[in-house]
Amino acid sequence: MYIGVVVALLVWVGAEAWNVERLVEHVPEDAEVIRVTGQQWFWTFEHEDGTTEVGELHVEAGKAYKFEIVSTDVIHSFNIHDYVVLMDAVPGRVNTVWFAPTEAGEHDIQCREYCGLIHYNMRATLYVEEPAA
Amino acid sequence: MTLEMQRPRPVWQIMFSTHHTDVGLLYLITSLAFLFLGGALALAIRVELFLPGSQFIADSMTFNRIFTVHGTTLIFLFILPFASAVGNYFVPIMVRYKDMAYPKLNAIAFWMIPPSGALIWLGFADFTWYATPPYSIISAPGPAADMWIFGLKILGISSVLGAINFVVTIMKCKHPDMSLGQVPLLAWSFLSSSLIILVAIPTFAAALLMLLTDRLGVSGFFNPAMGGDPIAYAHLFWFTFHPEVYVLVIPAIGMMYEIIPRFSRKPIFSYNSGVFAFVLLAIVGFSSWAHHMYATGMSFTEKTVFMVGTLAAVPASAMHVFNFLATMWNGRIRFATPMMWSVGGIALFFSAGAGGVVNAAMPLDFTTHDTYWVVGHFHLFVMGTIAFGSIGYLYYMFPYVTGRMYHEKMGQAHFVMSFIGAVLVFYTQHVLGLYGMPRRVYDYPAIPEWIAMNQIATVGAMLIGVSMVLFLANMIHSSAKGRPAGMDDPWKLGGKYYYPYQNKNPQH
Repeated sequence: MYIGVVVALLVWVGAEAWNVERLVEHVPEDAEVIRVTGQQWFWTFEHEDGTTEVGELHVEAGKAYKFEIVSTDVIHSFNIHDYVVLMDAVPGRVNTVWFAPTEAGEHDIQCREYCGLIHYNMRATLYVEEPAA
Repeated sequence: MTLEMQRPRPVWQIMFSTHHTDVGLLYLITSLAFLFLGGALALAIRVELFLPGSQFIADSMTFNRIFTVHGTTLIFLFILPFASAVGNYFVPIMVRYKDMAYPKLNAIAFWMIPPSGALIWLGFADFTWYATPPYSIISAPGPAADMWIFGLKILGISSVLGAINFVVTIMKCKHPDMSLGQVPLLAWSFLSSSLIILVAIPTFAAALLMLLTDRLGVSGFFNPAMGGDPIAYAHLFWFTFHPEVYVLVIPAIGMMYEIIPRFSRKPIFSYNSGVFAFVLLAIVGFSSWAHHMYATGMSFTEKTVFMVGTLAAVPASAMHVFNFLATMWNGRIRFATPMMWSVGGIALFFSAGAGGVVNAAMPLDFTTHDTYWVVGHFHLFVMGTIAFGSIGYLYYMFPYVTGRMYHEKMGQAHFVMSFIGAVLVFYTQHVLGLYGMPRRVYDYPAIPEWIAMNQIATVGAMLIGVSMVLFLANMIHSSAKGRPAGMDDPWKLGGKYYYPYQNKNPQH
């Protein structure tokens, strides 16, 4: 009987998770692509217009961005915790994840998969700026 | 079976014995030695993280080596050998056979552990207990990495030999008058965990060989530079080690099934549901391995399948918890030390499971994955459930092993401090993970919330450390000078209860 309650709770959690994940994975079509490269032990960001940044990333509030994440050496994990952006940078693969910042601000970018000596300090900063008028 | 310490024997007689209680004693002492060694490394990690910046560990390489060996030691050299110790002592007696089915194989399986422990500790590898490729292939310094691989290889063989022995002892050597439905739940737990080992370990054994040849440069299974795929290693590894989680936890649950009814002075509420839940866990344990890999770029369908597979394991675990609660309900409970550890372990098991549901739900996993949440979550299992169950059982078997009684007040103090410590460390680490602190970091930026929670966790770890010193003192002192235990009923529980191990193995 109690097991029934447990099963019902689990079904609810599962259905809810399935639904949310389905929505989260739907990338908006006008999303701008940013190519993210992880290597021991820093992040490089390449915008669509060709500008490249190292250790910091500037984006505009109100726009959607799609990250294409690659690695040149070992596995890293690209993480903007404040926006729940998390995706592994796996050598030999291109993984994608997207986000759409809503307000201007500064956020931490970090590596969340163990990658060796300076893993603890493989950090960058995200600057979300007001859209240029 | 009241034995070794009561009737002093030269050490070599125990070391070269193949008798199941002698091998059990060797397993027991070895596993406890590694418990203290691995625990000391945990304290080193916690002290280093007390404040941002470098405290007393000189560099991140040393730190990375410490957490790697900490994890490897406590999982492979404490939890598994401790379970084997209990199994060696009790399984033959519970199935009413004179010894394990293959006594020499049993001794061989044990004697593989010290050399592999030496390999792991002398090497002191730095690539995490997961041996993460391609880091472990192209970056990890040898010979530490290779020593780790060989150490794990030997331990895998030891596990398989031990598992074969348990399965044959239970299935083939049990007394002909005894049906499988009468075998005590502790023996059932060894049967199910041994079956999991037999199915799961070969995959990892293969992966280890592939990792080794990759390191030697003659193959490129997991090395993208040679056309391999590190995600393939993740699948092979977790296909072994997610089921392995149940290998670790099932014997601890079995130990609680011995203690809870006895100290509640009631028969177990439902023997059948216990058996059913063990078998169910052994099966569904194989349906969830890739939930460790949501963030590696899996497709939506894969993630959904493995989420469902993971959630399917929850009802089986819940059945155990309900079974324990229903057994205790209306019982005349005696909160002696073993009972305290078991009940505390069940409480932490429940919270670990609740956190696990959060991890399994795929959108939430992207918040918690690879943060301190995960560290807190699995430590609630390995420390909160498995170590608590095991230590409780150690107190429980102490009179049977030594013929003497441990110091009850010290045992209870050990529990209270460890329980408070475990809550302080592991609950806090959950919250710390929600604040975004990644795991396996030597240093962290000075974010006030991170500092505060790291400090709470360190204080909790120190509390556990102090309680473990008490524990060690209690064990050493009581085994030599404790008061002789009343062997018929060491805890004066009264009533007519089934003690399968009251005497020396009567079949021998």
